[in-house]
Amino acid sequence: MHLVFAQVAPNVVAPRYSWAGLSPLIILATGALLLIMFRSVISRLPEKIERYATVALGPLTVAVAWLVAGLVGDDFLFPSIRANLGAFGAVATGVLLLGVAALLVRVLRVGFDAMFTAGTALVAFVAIVVLWNDYWRPSGPVLAIGDQFSFDGFSLVMSAVIVLAVVLCALLFDEYLRREGIAGPEMFVLMMLSAAGGLVMAGAGDLIVLFLALETLSIAIYVMTALHLSRNESLEAGLKYFILGAFSSAFLLYGIALVYGATGSMSLAEISTYMSSVVFLEDAMLLAGLAMLLVGLGFKVAAVPFHGWTPDVYQGAPTPVVAFMASVVKAAAFAAIVRVFVVTFADYRADWQPAIFGLAVLTLLVGSVLAIVQRDAKRMLAYSSISHAGFILVGVQAATSRGTAAVVFYVAAYAFMVIGSFGVLTVVSGRGDRRTSLDDLNGLATHRPALALALTVFLLAQAGVPLTSGFVAKFAIIGAAVDARSFWLAIVAMVAAVVSAFLYLRIVLSVYLGSATDAEPVEPVHPAAGLAIGVALALTVVFGVFPSPIADLTGDAVPQLLGAITRS
Amino acid sequence: MEVTNDWYLLLSAVMFVIGAVGLMLRRNPLVMFMCVELMLNAVNISFVALGTELNDVSGQIAVFFVLVVAAVEVVVGLALVVAINRRRAAATADDMSVLRG
Repeated sequence: MHLVFAQVAPNVVAPRYSWAGLSPLIILATGALLLIMFRSVISRLPEKIERYATVALGPLTVAVAWLVAGLVGDDFLFPSIRANLGAFGAVATGVLLLGVAALLVRVLRVGFDAMFTAGTALVAFVAIVVLWNDYWRPSGPVLAIGDQFSFDGFSLVMSAVIVLAVVLCALLFDEYLRREGIAGPEMFVLMMLSAAGGLVMAGAGDLIVLFLALETLSIAIYVMTALHLSRNESLEAGLKYFILGAFSSAFLLYGIALVYGATGSMSLAEISTYMSSVVFLEDAMLLAGLAMLLVGLGFKVAAVPFHGWTPDVYQGAPTPVVAFMASVVKAAAFAAIVRVFVVTFADYRADWQPAIFGLAVLTLLVGSVLAIVQRDAKRMLAYSSISHAGFILVGVQAATSRGTAAVVFYVAAYAFMVIGSFGVLTVVSGRGDRRTSLDDLNGLATHRPALALALTVFLLAQAGVPLTSGFVAKFAIIGAAVDARSFWLAIVAMVAAVVSAFLYLRIVLSVYLGSATDAEPVEPVHPAAGLAIGVALALTVVFGVFPSPIADLTGDAVPQLLGAITRS
Repeated sequence: MEVTNDWYLLLSAVMFVIGAVGLMLRRNPLVMFMCVELMLNAVNISFVALGTELNDVSGQIAVFFVLVVAAVEVVVGLALVVAINRRRAAATADDMSVLRG
């Protein structure tokens, strides 16, 4: 009797892989494993040692980043830096950076776990930059593992957004976890693992890899949502998110099975080849599969009518988790939507475009109208995130390279806006996340002028006011829609923008003109959280005032069909 | 009557619908997890049937990944139910109604 594997074995070819392509993923996963291993052996260091260890992490990050840049890139140092500075200058810069990093960590008073996470994510960011400069720029998509996972410009930019979101959220978490009395490494480990899932999702070249990446991303976030075990809201949000998330991934999986049945493959490249060689008229199985895929991914980006979980989860989850969820899940899920629909089923667009059109219209209108009637700031931002998802869907619907560039820009801009907004809410809401009602924001400017200013910029950016990233992003999306002759969609998007602008401006008014309800003692903002909000603020303004470098970057980040390129 | 591949696909579709409807109608989180399992395993039947029809192993291989994901989901789901039960006696979805608006 023969084993089945014995018959199959001759056809199985070992996949090609490259360490360089895998490096961002390896860095994040190794970081997560090291942290959890270290902290499960040594749960509590003496305070003094922990402080020195944390400060040492700053220079260590710089050193490891330097090393990764060397191992992943062709040269030991960035070629451009070396060319400009010379060898001596490069070493001097390195030493200077080490000093600045140590000083920064000391000033930030950030904890060990948060610093470790931020450092790991920064190193992953350096690896992504090197992949962009030294690999993708000169020679196209970077192979990671065979057909299954590789980086093109599109997924590199999405991955950069994801790891930067991890850095900012780690800084936000640090003080939050201590304030809530749930300090520990779990949140940081889960965040890194989830981000690793997001990276794979952005570069997945195979539907089953996409599914696994989505689950890695989501399951970690379900736990993060429920991790504030002493708050009923957090547990309830976790369970709701978990059940609806599992429900939606079952739909996604069924969609994968049906697409597999109709096309005979799960690799996106092979599906695309098959589709171009066969003339499909109306294949019910394929259409049903595409619909199910759209349902599954629509849940993740909170498109109406699959948005039911969003308000409850955003309101109940710990505020920094919401910042992470809103930025990273949206980036990864939209990357997947673009890769599957716009790239793989490009020839089939007449069938999926109307569906996305409908979703976009519903999402825009429901999100912006329901946001107005909310009394809770987190719930309001949940509905506003739904309406932002609608905007991004408008870019997907265009199905052009201009549309995908607009999607990338919007996702990047939105990630920093939303991290900033929830960052401010994290600080303002106080112990137990109690003060999140919109009334609690009244008169914020009188006792916390800096935070009020930051919140104002983030809200104006979300409304799409010029000189902020939101304006450029919305402009790019509407431009792409008009370019693709989707005039009605562009009009609906503009109406939705006006409706939600009313809402954001109302909050800004109450922040400046309202009178504070109670006079709780104002604690100063923790430097780490302040830095995270400041960086988000700076990026929001810079994207808005000098959009062209970023727009060039996103314009280059055209998603490609990965498998076909890596195999040749 | 010969049992063809279409029968398996039909079985899978029916199981999936039962799971989906069950998840929407039942209120006990444990039963809801069972419904999710039913949906995932319905898809597994589809994968195997389609893999056989296409004479391709990747359909069968996908089942292993799905089983792992299903196991992971159950671990997280049960942990959540335990955490909630520690804080209050009954765990039905209707009791959880702090969040609304």
